[in-house]
Amino acid sequence: MAFLKSFARNKGAVVGVVVLALVFVVAALADVIFPGTPWDMVAAPFMPPGEMDMLLGSDSLGRDVAAGIAHGARISLLVGAVSTVVALALGVSLGALAGYVGGVVDDLVMRFTEFFQTIPSFVLAILLVAIFTPTISSVVFAIAVVSWPPVARVVRAEFLSLRSREFVQAAEVLGKSRLSIVVGDILPNALSPIIVLSSLMVANAILLESALSFLGLGDPNLMTWGFLIGSGRSVIRLAWWMSVFPGVAIFLTVLALNLVGEGLSDALNPRLAGRRT
Amino acid sequence: MSLLRVEGLTVALPPGGDRPHAVEGIDLTVDPGEIVCVVGESGSGKSITANAVMGLLPKTLPRKAGRIWLGETELTAQSPEQLRALRGSRMAMIFQEPMTALNPLMRVGDQIAEALSVHGEKRRARDRVPELLAAVNLPDPAAIARAHPFRLSGGQRQRVMIAMALALEPALLIADEPTTALDVTTQMQILRLVREIQSRKGMGVMFITHDFGVVAEIADRVAVMQRGRIVEQGAAAEVLNNPRHDYTRALIAAVPHGAPGEARAAVATETVLEARGVAKTYTRGGWFGARALVKAVHDADFTLKRGETLGLVGESGSGKSTLARCVVDLVRPEAGQMLFHGQDLRPLSRSARKPFRKRIQMVFQDPYASLNPRRRVGEIIAEGPITHGEARERALDRARDLLRLVKLDDGAMDRFPHEFSGGQRQRIGIARALAMEPELLIADEPVSALDVSVQAQVLALLAEIRARLGLTMLFITHDLRVAAQVCDRIAVMQRGAIVEQGRTADVFGNPQHSYTRALLDSIPGRGWTPPTF
Repeated sequence: MAFLKSFARNKGAVVGVVVLALVFVVAALADVIFPGTPWDMVAAPFMPPGEMDMLLGSDSLGRDVAAGIAHGARISLLVGAVSTVVALALGVSLGALAGYVGGVVDDLVMRFTEFFQTIPSFVLAILLVAIFTPTISSVVFAIAVVSWPPVARVVRAEFLSLRSREFVQAAEVLGKSRLSIVVGDILPNALSPIIVLSSLMVANAILLESALSFLGLGDPNLMTWGFLIGSGRSVIRLAWWMSVFPGVAIFLTVLALNLVGEGLSDALNPRLAGRRT
Repeated sequence: MSLLRVEGLTVALPPGGDRPHAVEGIDLTVDPGEIVCVVGESGSGKSITANAVMGLLPKTLPRKAGRIWLGETELTAQSPEQLRALRGSRMAMIFQEPMTALNPLMRVGDQIAEALSVHGEKRRARDRVPELLAAVNLPDPAAIARAHPFRLSGGQRQRVMIAMALALEPALLIADEPTTALDVTTQMQILRLVREIQSRKGMGVMFITHDFGVVAEIADRVAVMQRGRIVEQGAAAEVLNNPRHDYTRALIAAVPHGAPGEARAAVATETVLEARGVAKTYTRGGWFGARALVKAVHDADFTLKRGETLGLVGESGSGKSTLARCVVDLVRPEAGQMLFHGQDLRPLSRSARKPFRKRIQMVFQDPYASLNPRRRVGEIIAEGPITHGEARERALDRARDLLRLVKLDDGAMDRFPHEFSGGQRQRIGIARALAMEPELLIADEPVSALDVSVQAQVLALLAEIRARLGLTMLFITHDLRVAAQVCDRIAVMQRGAIVEQGRTADVFGNPQHSYTRALLDSIPGRGWTPPTF
């Protein structure tokens, strides 16, 4: 309860939650609002918004842009969530290992992490998708591979400082196993930064996925926001609505996730939040 | 005419605190050439009073009522600019932690010179700085002036702070726990220095402390604070030897009196723990700069008989904590034997050591850091036995019994550590250690983070439990008064070696080693025997 209260004190975060909830509802009800596939040609091409029952207009083949956005929301959220989970699993375990064990293991893991950080992440993602042929799972994999290093760094830093705390030493003296100290004592105390980071990672994954689809490297069988923008790009002066509305969708979702992330960070570190106002 | 006059000072606390005012109706005077000690436990408002005089109160703590005069000047009527001109020149302050009060990136000579130049005395700075450093008895003032703070020891830094405060010869010096962060021997030097300078310059000093030993050492007059009010005020000898208020009496009764506890029945001859040739060396530096070897522990052999309490005493950095941590394998010694009932613990692997974990337990120093903040108290206490294969239900039942044993009620089971005070948390830490039913309890400065009255309660609890359960104890402390009260035998450590060891009464009554003598001479308020009530 106290957590909700301090979260709600940040007005931006509440707006973020509302926008995010709307996106979720649209994604969940896509089949009800827009039955059938979004690939169907249901109107004349290049209909501006509002004509022929097309709320947000139609594209160059007469497909409904609104239906595309609703169905695309599913893919964007799915890719965002799954790739974040995979990246978290990778980053948390490697970071925890480096931070808890220290020494040579720490050096090895951190050099490995830096190896990934020295390659521009978008270029690496393009490369991976191109190698593994564009399917939804290869896109998720590519995004996860480029987004775990910051998690590993954050988790390692937290573990390094928590490891020498007296309550961890007390657990050691009680004779607990290493695994149960890491999972039961240290990790719960390192959760706040991980939670904050993961909300921003979802936003980043959505942007990456859209960028890949825009370049034509998305799953060809799935309607996504990036694909919509990409296909409208060449006719933007003729039919602005084809690119603008999916763009607005991406913008709002990413903004909402960032607001939520900031709200979480304030709620989990109440002392810092108080200082800002 | 008083130098400092505080009348009816009331400072509000932000709403939601445990009381409406941080301090309430404070009346206090400091005459020239007088040292007034303000004593009280943490949270009693002594630092707030000092900050109010300096005009350094944060915005969240507004002054509600009261007036403060420094000589003829009414401080509470001055503009911020006028106050700034007075700070440093007419009144100065020294703080508890000299490392954080000094700018780490600036040479100390420049910092003192800055204090002078802020008040328009820049031209005198060049001559004054070495003078000031010499006045606080620092050796080689010219070299010290060129050093950065991190090159100096804690005591040297505090001397630099005092030199800076004295730069413009203020009429009033406020010292906020200036010796709390220092070792006993250094503390004594600083106390003597403050006394000497004060009598030389005829300053008025307002000295804030929580330690009645320090009061006995330095004070002319004493004001005792409790929960934001001054409950007793008077001449030092009067308050110390004939306290009238109940709270003052309770505080003085809680002061560890340094008298060895009643001699207990002869201890058994069975050896529980024996350290033989244990050595731990830390290397610092490497790569570029020269590698420095720090011998944290060497030549520190001791034996511990069943039912006995051995005190490891020494100043910070003497290796006493490292030695204790070697016993429980939190620190790995690189040589020697740690014999527990004749079995060497040092070479044991993690799993081979597990059965011994049950029999050797530890109570940690900082009750705020030693309990996992995300766990409920019941689980914290029960998790040790559960780890060693006890059924969850039974372990939780035992946890409930243990809470009663350490005098907390059952309701504590489902609460989180942050809901408890420091003393209560330390009790939880003790209960956690006892849950394993250990034979040997290692207590690493278990009371040094606590207020005196709480300290007395925790020590009494430890004594009671030790007697009831027949525990053998290794008690680490820097406070000789505590050691004298708790321990059967004392081992004095200096720079990683035990320099003297023997029965408590012998070590205190007839110290052999010069370091032990120096330590004993540095106990603040040695000449004062607290009255008994």
